[in-house]
Amino acid sequence: MSTITVDAALPSTAARPGERMRRVARRRRYLINVGAAVLSAVMLVWTILPLYNIVMVSLQPHGDVFTDQVFPHNPTLDGFWVVITQGYWYLEYFWHQFGNSLYVGAAVTLLTLLIGSLASFSITRMRVRNGWLVSNAALMTYVIPQSFLAIPFYRIMQNYGLANNLWSVIAAMVTFATPYSIFIFSQYGRGIPLELDESARIDGASPLQIYFKIYLPLMAPALVAIGTYALLLAWNEYLYQFLLLSNKRSMTVPVALAQFLNSDEAPWNLMMATAIVYAILPITIYYVVRRRMTAGLTMGGVKG
Amino acid sequence: MTTASAIEFAAPPVRRQSLWRSLRGELKGSEYTWALAFVVPYVGVFLAFVVYPAVYGLWLGSEPSLYPEIFSDPIYQSTVVNTLLFIGIGVNLKMFIALLLSGFFMRPGWWVKVLLMIFILPWAVPALPSFISIHWMLNGEWGLLNNLLYAMFNIDGPSWLNERWTALGSVIVSHIWKWTPFWTVILLAGRMAIPTEINDAAKVDGATGVRSFIYVSFPLLANLYLICTLLSTIFTLGDFNEVYFITGGGPANSTHVLATLGVRNAFDLAQPRLGVAAVMSALPLMIPLVIILMRKLKTSEVQL
Repeated sequence: MSTITVDAALPSTAARPGERMRRVARRRRYLINVGAAVLSAVMLVWTILPLYNIVMVSLQPHGDVFTDQVFPHNPTLDGFWVVITQGYWYLEYFWHQFGNSLYVGAAVTLLTLLIGSLASFSITRMRVRNGWLVSNAALMTYVIPQSFLAIPFYRIMQNYGLANNLWSVIAAMVTFATPYSIFIFSQYGRGIPLELDESARIDGASPLQIYFKIYLPLMAPALVAIGTYALLLAWNEYLYQFLLLSNKRSMTVPVALAQFLNSDEAPWNLMMATAIVYAILPITIYYVVRRRMTAGLTMGGVKG
Repeated sequence: MTTASAIEFAAPPVRRQSLWRSLRGELKGSEYTWALAFVVPYVGVFLAFVVYPAVYGLWLGSEPSLYPEIFSDPIYQSTVVNTLLFIGIGVNLKMFIALLLSGFFMRPGWWVKVLLMIFILPWAVPALPSFISIHWMLNGEWGLLNNLLYAMFNIDGPSWLNERWTALGSVIVSHIWKWTPFWTVILLAGRMAIPTEINDAAKVDGATGVRSFIYVSFPLLANLYLICTLLSTIFTLGDFNEVYFITGGGPANSTHVLATLGVRNAFDLAQPRLGVAAVMSALPLMIPLVIILMRKLKTSEVQL
């Protein structure tokens, strides 16, 4: 039935030149689709290759690392077991160091959110005089490369007596995360009408109440985005942690990871297994809050 | 007479009040205190961890005799060339690829979304393990890349990291691998913010494919693209991890960039003044960038 109607419809509706154009368009669309498929395949291999290498090395038995194979011959999870049970002398404080990383990450997240939201509340909502100076200062900090301040920062931390103290790293990370948070909070806050604050003020609410009961709840999406940003910043940072933490018990995981590079024994499989354990948290967080994060971050990226 | 003098007497307090008002804005007394209290934490962080290290760094690098010494260092000279190549090629190539890919990811279809989620992985995985993995991948004898080349094409690949230019090229390519996803997401959000009516109207007027990109999408994205490129330039200028973990500055200190050279001078050679001088020699390039960027960021803030 249906084939008959299609056959009948063909000559009557499609005039000849139209038919040819449509065929050209169809071929073109086909070519574009093939091109897109090829591009996707290239991108897939490109993206995966270094990550595949991490997984492959981590699955190899200890002696197998220096071989010319593309797939592991005897994949084993032993490396992960050694990491989890701290069964190697480079890893004797692994969970302690993991705890340090968590501690730094959590402190940086909370402090960044607190300091950043307070400052942007004061500047953009209460419109404190000369607040623009503060936001300019923040913007300038944001565009100074972190590593350029590392050398004086290291010596200053020695002066403050914070060498080998996790709080020196926390201070550094908060310093570099708050400017961006102020920037994003100010941008995001523009979408919240000032009249809300005004009416609360007329009803007798104190600035503290407005901050807690109006500002923070309405800023929730930006808070999630910046919280994630700050956590990932602290989690991924290496230079400051390397310079400021040299004691095995005060180290964070990245510093401990890089220590493997100094060893002659080269337990690469253990190192990569450690790296995977360490990478699970940021990847998970990233995929959980991905939507909100890109929404919050692009707000700064796109509109400013 | 008495009224006139009363007015004269009344004048100073009025003026004083207006001065006081100009200082504290339109806030009532207690609110002003609150507003100040809210910015104080950030101002404290800024003074203690940005201004103090920056001034200290300037002081460390203020000795004029440092500069002839460092400029005559052959390692420094090759470092400057490397830094310029790294930024000039790495950043621009990356941003251009990101711009094109962001157009690709606008395509409809579930598999494009899945691909985007995979494509984002290099950004979500902590930098340190990725770069160490790339370092091993590029090993001439047992690295995954040469194993693959041998298995697929029967070619013996070079020792990528044993020669200056291939090593520097590897760093640039790794930079593109790590950071293209992030900027793609930012530019993708920029494209999505373009109202669909504009593209539809262009389509009706006969602009398709390349022409629609050149005359419609790109002019609308140009400002965002410029801001992203400037930001990325500054971030890349301060990037320590890439060079440090992929080439370690080698072979024979020929692939350092300013960020790694600064840390090497300051900590490996224990000459912090030389380290600061290396970093500070980037200021003539950095200051104009920072000024342009701050202006751009401020004006686009107004646009929102």
